[in-house]
Amino acid sequence: MLEIKNLHVSIEEKKIIKGLDLSINKGEVHALMGPNGSGKSTLSYVLSGKDKYEINDGTIDYNGKNLLELDVDERANEGLFLAFQYPMEIPGVQTSFFLKTAINSKRKYLGQSEMDALEFAKLMKSKAEELNISTEMLKRDLNVNYSGGEKKKQEILQMSMLSPKMAILDETDSGLDIDALRIVSEGVNKLRNSENSFLVITHYQRLLNYIKPDFVHIIADGKIVKSGDYSLALELEEKGYEEISQTA
Amino acid sequence: MAATEQTIKQVNTLGSSDYKYGFSTEVDEIRPPKGLNEEIIKFISAQKDEPEWMLEWRLNAFKVFNKLPKPQWAKLNIPEIDYQDCYYYSIPKSLKDKPKSLDEIDPEILKTYEKLGIPLKEQKMLSGIAVDAVFDSVSVATTYKKQLSDLGIVFCSISEAVKTHPELVKKYLGSVIPVSDHSFAALNSAVFTDGSFIYIPEGVRCPVELSTYFRINAMNTGQFERTLIIADKDSYVSYLEGCTAPMRDENQLHAANVELVALDNAEIKYSTVQNWYPGDKEGKGGIYNFVTKRGACRGKNSKISWTQVETGSAITWKYPSCILQGDNSKGEFYSVAITNNMQQADTGTKMIHIGKNTSSKIISKGISAGKANNTYRGLVNILSKAKNARNFTQCDSLLIGNQCGAHTVPYIESSNSDSMVEHEATTSKINEDQLFYCQQRGLNSEDAVGLIVNGFCKEVLQHLPMEFAVEAQKLVAISLEGSVG
Ligand SMILES: Nc1ncnc2c1ncn2[C@@H]1O[C@H](COP(=O)(O)OP(=O)(O)OP(=O)(O)O)[C@@H](O)[C@H]1O
Ligand SMILES: [Mg+2]
Repeated sequence: MLEIKNLHVSIEEKKIIKGLDLSINKGEVHALMGPNGSGKSTLSYVLSGKDKYEINDGTIDYNGKNLLELDVDERANEGLFLAFQYPMEIPGVQTSFFLKTAINSKRKYLGQSEMDALEFAKLMKSKAEELNISTEMLKRDLNVNYSGGEKKKQEILQMSMLSPKMAILDETDSGLDIDALRIVSEGVNKLRNSENSFLVITHYQRLLNYIKPDFVHIIADGKIVKSGDYSLALELEEKGYEEISQTA
Repeated sequence: MAATEQTIKQVNTLGSSDYKYGFSTEVDEIRPPKGLNEEIIKFISAQKDEPEWMLEWRLNAFKVFNKLPKPQWAKLNIPEIDYQDCYYYSIPKSLKDKPKSLDEIDPEILKTYEKLGIPLKEQKMLSGIAVDAVFDSVSVATTYKKQLSDLGIVFCSISEAVKTHPELVKKYLGSVIPVSDHSFAALNSAVFTDGSFIYIPEGVRCPVELSTYFRINAMNTGQFERTLIIADKDSYVSYLEGCTAPMRDENQLHAANVELVALDNAEIKYSTVQNWYPGDKEGKGGIYNFVTKRGACRGKNSKISWTQVETGSAITWKYPSCILQGDNSKGEFYSVAITNNMQQADTGTKMIHIGKNTSSKIISKGISAGKANNTYRGLVNILSKAKNARNFTQCDSLLIGNQCGAHTVPYIESSNSDSMVEHEATTSKINEDQLFYCQQRGLNSEDAVGLIVNGFCKEVLQHLPMEFAVEAQKLVAISLEGSVG
């Protein structure tokens, strides 16, 4: 699915990712944990193609394609999805209209016809219900005056409607209340299958109780310093980054 | 590549070929020689079989025009206009002898309107919208006439109204925009060719949208539209105008005068989607759109609302205004002005509060891309008798790229201490993070810009009649395709 080799990234001359390797296969869930400022969001932006980042070295292969050569929207339409740590507000654009536009952009890219209005309404309703998002919410402008947690849920709604192949969740759990955390995790688990993959960025082992990862990676100062299975998250919870990084 | 950079690139690649309505129609035209003089005015009047009083009115206006100074262009860069180097009248020969039915109209002209999406033949007519189609200097056809006249509604070309409803025309023509208002108002009064006339009788709610479609076809021809709408007591009408012109290298002049009169409890909703040819990206060609639009809320509780989407023209100069005479009357102005490449727009409104408890609302959204300049210029004037008057003004500007400009020039004059005036203004650049977010959801950069700009304009677009809102949204996206998106 995704193969990152020796990735070096800088922004405004500042080196942020310094030789990162990561390989994610179909059907796998990887968790990425690491201290503030270690480069987690940067990695998610680089993967989704945000500009201003300079790729100094390394390669990223995505399903046999050179990811770095694709435009942002091409990556998205090829199934790469980023649930933002800080989702954007788009004033004047109804949430449901945005969802429809996103779905139809993908269909257009894949050479399919637009989804008909009824089919769309059904899909949106069922997905929103699963995530406990009210239809009132969907009539409001996208993310405008949404609470922090509501924005995160909205990201997951978009994800479940677009059913991506490779989803990156950047601290989706931060800001969610206990019930919402469970609901969102269930949403993610429901989407999980042998064909898609997840990269879950989080600070809290609690999320990983709900979304069981196949692998856990620890990133520090732009490099993956330790990888393991779920037990690494538990160990981290106990010892903290400092000690873990030293024993790496 | 930064999204904005990409947008600018797209803007640059936008040649004039992207103007969808740029074709011209091959028809034989009747055209007197170029130039502006009494002979031409007499010729126009004679062509239209006008009564004597109309000709006198025109000739008087011409005298006034000759005495008036030329308007001062604040933010606009306008080349000197040579009034003698322009045709003032042009009609297709086939329309000379007043076709009685559509069958007598040159099929080329009917085809033109069909290409523009405005079919005039009965079986293909747009439902819920009555259309008056103006081709260069004359009205081609008005649809839904019968249904409207059953309600006592008069909807016809102004040339026709001069003959069929002289008492209304005499009473109201020039009553909102005096001939001597400024030089374009006088010029238009002297040489106006055609436009729409609407009268809604007392107590009647017009059941369909009334609409005029203006098309400039002939070369070197000025179009001098004159529209007069009168809403009698307790009546309502919603009117929409649309406009296009072929792509031509030289500039063409469109100088319109539009007058609205609302009597007691009457409401007029006037919407414009202006998509005249803007010229190419170097600024060659395009329409000079100099328009005087003014509405008088004469009666108590009357209301006039202007909604405009201005995407075309090389130069746009217009300030649809409301004179709030009647107590409790309301004026509204909702505007989206998009300028791209070398386009210039200087637009806004005037709200003149005269009566008690009058209120006005101004929402203006200006979007500039390329090397374009976009100015909002507005005046809120509260006179001493306008006790308890209220105004709310909001002007937002959005910039795409680094070479365009946005300017906001609000004038407020209040001679009344219990009036309340609120003004808010913002200027921002299109947000890269919003663009990235949309693109991460699969929208290409053009669609992303279109979506964000449409969101930015929503407060205005939602005031358009339903049938046109969708079209306008597309137009916003298209004009950004080359320009913004
Ligand atoms: N535009 C920028 N200019 C300069 N430095 C930047 C820029 N963007 C990010 N950085 C820096 O890059 C580093 C990595 O940031 P990043 O957002 O990837 O961290 P993170 O691991 O996601 O942290 P957190 O856990 O707090 O979300 C930080 O030190 C940050 O200050
Ligand atoms: Mg982060």
